[in-house]
Amino acid sequence: MTIALHAQRESAASRRGRSVWLARCMRFLPIVPTLLFLLVFFIMPVGEILQGGLVDANGQVGLAQFERIARTPVYAKVLWITFAISFMTAALSILLGYPVAYLLSRLSERARERWLLWIMLPFWTSYLVKTYAWMLLLSKTGVLSTIALALGLVHETSGTIPSLTGVLIGMVHSMLPLAVMTMLPVMRGIDDRLTQAAETLGAERSTSFFTVFLPLSSPGVAAAGLLVFISSLGFFIVPALLGSPKETMIAQLVISSVLELFDMRFAGALSTVLLVCSIVIFFIYDRMVGLTSLTGEVAERQRGSRAQGLKLALLMTAGRVFAPFVMRRKVHGGEGARAASPLGLYTCVVMLVLVVPVLSVIPYAFTKSDYIAFPPKLFSVRWFGTFMDSPVWQSAVIRSFEVGLGTALLSLLLGFGATLAMTRMPRRASKPVFALLVAPLIVPRIVVAVGLLYLFGRFGLTGTNLGLVIGHTVLAIPYVVVTLAAGFQRFDWRLDDAARVMGASPLRRITSIVLPLLMASVTAAFLFAFLVSFDDLTIAIFVSGGINSTLPKQMWDDIQLAITPTLAAVSTTLVILIALVVAVSSWLKRRAR
Amino acid sequence: MSSKLEAIGIAKRYGDAVALEATDLAVQAGEFLTLLGPSGSGKTTLLQMISGLVAPSAGRIEIDGRDVTHIEPGKRGIGMVFQSYALFPHMSVWDNVAYGLRMRRKSRDEVRAAVDGALAMVRMSEYAKRFPKELSGGQQQRIALARCFAYRPSVILLDEPLGALDKKLREHMQSEIRRLHKELGATFVYVTHDQDEALTLSDRICLMNQARIEQVGTPADLYDRPATRFAAGFIGHSNLLEGALDDSRGPSGEPILLAAGGRIPLPMNAMNAIKAPNGKGASAAFAARHTLLVRPEAPRLVEPASGFVDGTIADVVFFGSDTRVQLAMDDGSELTVRCERSLSPRVGDKVGVVWDPYRTTLLQS
Repeated sequence: MTIALHAQRESAASRRGRSVWLARCMRFLPIVPTLLFLLVFFIMPVGEILQGGLVDANGQVGLAQFERIARTPVYAKVLWITFAISFMTAALSILLGYPVAYLLSRLSERARERWLLWIMLPFWTSYLVKTYAWMLLLSKTGVLSTIALALGLVHETSGTIPSLTGVLIGMVHSMLPLAVMTMLPVMRGIDDRLTQAAETLGAERSTSFFTVFLPLSSPGVAAAGLLVFISSLGFFIVPALLGSPKETMIAQLVISSVLELFDMRFAGALSTVLLVCSIVIFFIYDRMVGLTSLTGEVAERQRGSRAQGLKLALLMTAGRVFAPFVMRRKVHGGEGARAASPLGLYTCVVMLVLVVPVLSVIPYAFTKSDYIAFPPKLFSVRWFGTFMDSPVWQSAVIRSFEVGLGTALLSLLLGFGATLAMTRMPRRASKPVFALLVAPLIVPRIVVAVGLLYLFGRFGLTGTNLGLVIGHTVLAIPYVVVTLAAGFQRFDWRLDDAARVMGASPLRRITSIVLPLLMASVTAAFLFAFLVSFDDLTIAIFVSGGINSTLPKQMWDDIQLAITPTLAAVSTTLVILIALVVAVSSWLKRRAR
Repeated sequence: MSSKLEAIGIAKRYGDAVALEATDLAVQAGEFLTLLGPSGSGKTTLLQMISGLVAPSAGRIEIDGRDVTHIEPGKRGIGMVFQSYALFPHMSVWDNVAYGLRMRRKSRDEVRAAVDGALAMVRMSEYAKRFPKELSGGQQQRIALARCFAYRPSVILLDEPLGALDKKLREHMQSEIRRLHKELGATFVYVTHDQDEALTLSDRICLMNQARIEQVGTPADLYDRPATRFAAGFIGHSNLLEGALDDSRGPSGEPILLAAGGRIPLPMNAMNAIKAPNGKGASAAFAARHTLLVRPEAPRLVEPASGFVDGTIADVVFFGSDTRVQLAMDDGSELTVRCERSLSPRVGDKVGVVWDPYRTTLLQS
């Protein structure tokens, strides 16, 4: 009798154990499709490239391809210039962007939103449009040359492009918004009262900045440096259009070896070099700063050491040296940073330099003449007519919208489940999962594109909309996850607990509590995913197979042939579209508050 | 057997950290039980395991004799009021209160009647259309209460519900919660770190410290007969006089404690308290040092050398209704005495102190 009772209790306990185990699994279920998706369409293709670079045509493992890269001076030079340009871009973007991010982080919420609009517009504007704008500004017959000649500043000009300067201008202009946006969350997390405390303890304003704000903001600076450097490594639009052959970057080499030389192995080897560099940088970064700083979260793990003390002493000295140049805080002046200060003035100038080139394409779209010239002869809408009536452009626009919407939906579905599961995991598990989810952001796009080219070739997905949606979703998932994770961070899980105590099922809790409260983040994530797809050229070049163009692909094909006013009309349409999306998302964000 | 709610051997560990050691606790139907303790004492962990929001590492929870350890919080028949309320910010007051009823698929008329009734009970009927953002802290508190009992759970859990309110509003809400408890007849389990709140509200207090229960009893039990030094120190103001027992008894045979530079008579039954726990008998008791709890309201000031102990007035602190006199005793220890303002004690005066031995408690060492 007692034995029977005992056995019964045992089985009840094991059943209970299983149900707990099941419940725990259910919580992680939403992330499974996302992980599978990334495994098939990101990790496997990228892994295949690594393998492809190492294995030669006869199936022999060897470094023959890498020897070829190292031995050929042209290729070594390309590698060198790629790293040099990427490094300079990252350094300049941070130097120019830091004061802007600082000012924005100290402003009130409303003022910051207003200023951010002017960062978001160039941030989301297609690289192609931005580069096209700089071509119009910097070329021999461009705006700057024409004005300089007219003012008599120079007597003869060859234009700023093609040159290294041109490439750097284009790259920094493209990357500066990214740098500012990455530094901002970390800076916003720095408590105002800390610098105030330093000042009450007797620190000069500059010393308090150098000893308190600067060290606390360093994870943001590192994150920005990492993202800009790695994105720059994979750039090809800017060097192709603004640079001379001397500024050829590695991505251009990959494209030409795939599309012109059909040498997939060599492309694989080049991609491997890019990939390995990215992974190394990524690991160093994670070691030194921690990956979560990408969402503005800063891990506190600094310990006191002699190096720390030395660093502090250096920072204090820097503060004292700069003290005479810093304005004293006026005792009765308004609190915080204001637009009228020198810092505000500087920020205004940066914003102008960011926005004006983008807007400068608009007048050209309304020119009456058959070619691009400055100043444009206004006013005609014939080029919009050419754009709209052309079946090639029409189908490109339609395809871009279809693929964009498909990408937005798919990546939101995958990203939401993944973020939901991730936020409820123990920290130990969520860290590597987060690393995997944002990895497509950190691996250069061109590597993903080449990998997908291999994969899709086998499944006959090349040239299909589905192939494009899949490729773009891989790229969009990090944006969706980072946006949603920021939303979830502010989400008060006790609201979910409250609903749970009152008897709401998991699905009801998501639909009645979680989703409505995260609506702003969800919409923003949707729009970002749409824009990532709408803007992408890299995947489109490789996956659309040359027949079914998306809008950026069509622009890229046209821009290499001739700079026509049709392109200005297309660019103008794109700028207006982006402006609309940015305005809508900021309106939604404000309404949510 | 007739317990409404019972925790049996319930425990919680996070890795190596123990949030709650194996604990037994029974709550009677309709009782108002307070879990009182400093932060980190395990009181919120215990509440969350009762609610089901946190799964226990060991032990089980029973409600009405039914094992609910592995049952979803929503199916346990409980209601919960959260710290800083957790009102749904995107829903009106009315929708917030209706949420639990809707989850139970009540008919429209039932929902309306129950919500209107609940809002009337907390006197917030005219705020039904507002949003939580548009309400003051006290008003949000009432809505949180209404939302919790609108669907008539038989057990209501409250997690430091008054923590965010200022003193005056807190006192007002305390009487509101008492009234609701009487009207609803439900079992209340209330978490707080505020001893005054616990003394005012509770039928019984469960005092917790360092992840375990220190003492369970009525507020009067805990105040008058604290079991440990911690209990004595945590609830009310207390003077703890330390010393050894004298070999000889007092004039009427009462035991004497040698402390604070004097001979202090103890209640006759004091020896039972110290003999019982270790069972080693009187000899061990005489060897050990003991602590006597003297609440500040027990002593009276008298002429020097005519009381149990003597001391000098070191400080006089005004407390509104009375004055607290800080005494430096002759052996260097301190004693706080509450006395009427009319006595106007002066700093530096030498005084003697007496009290009724039966208003003091000898603590278990």
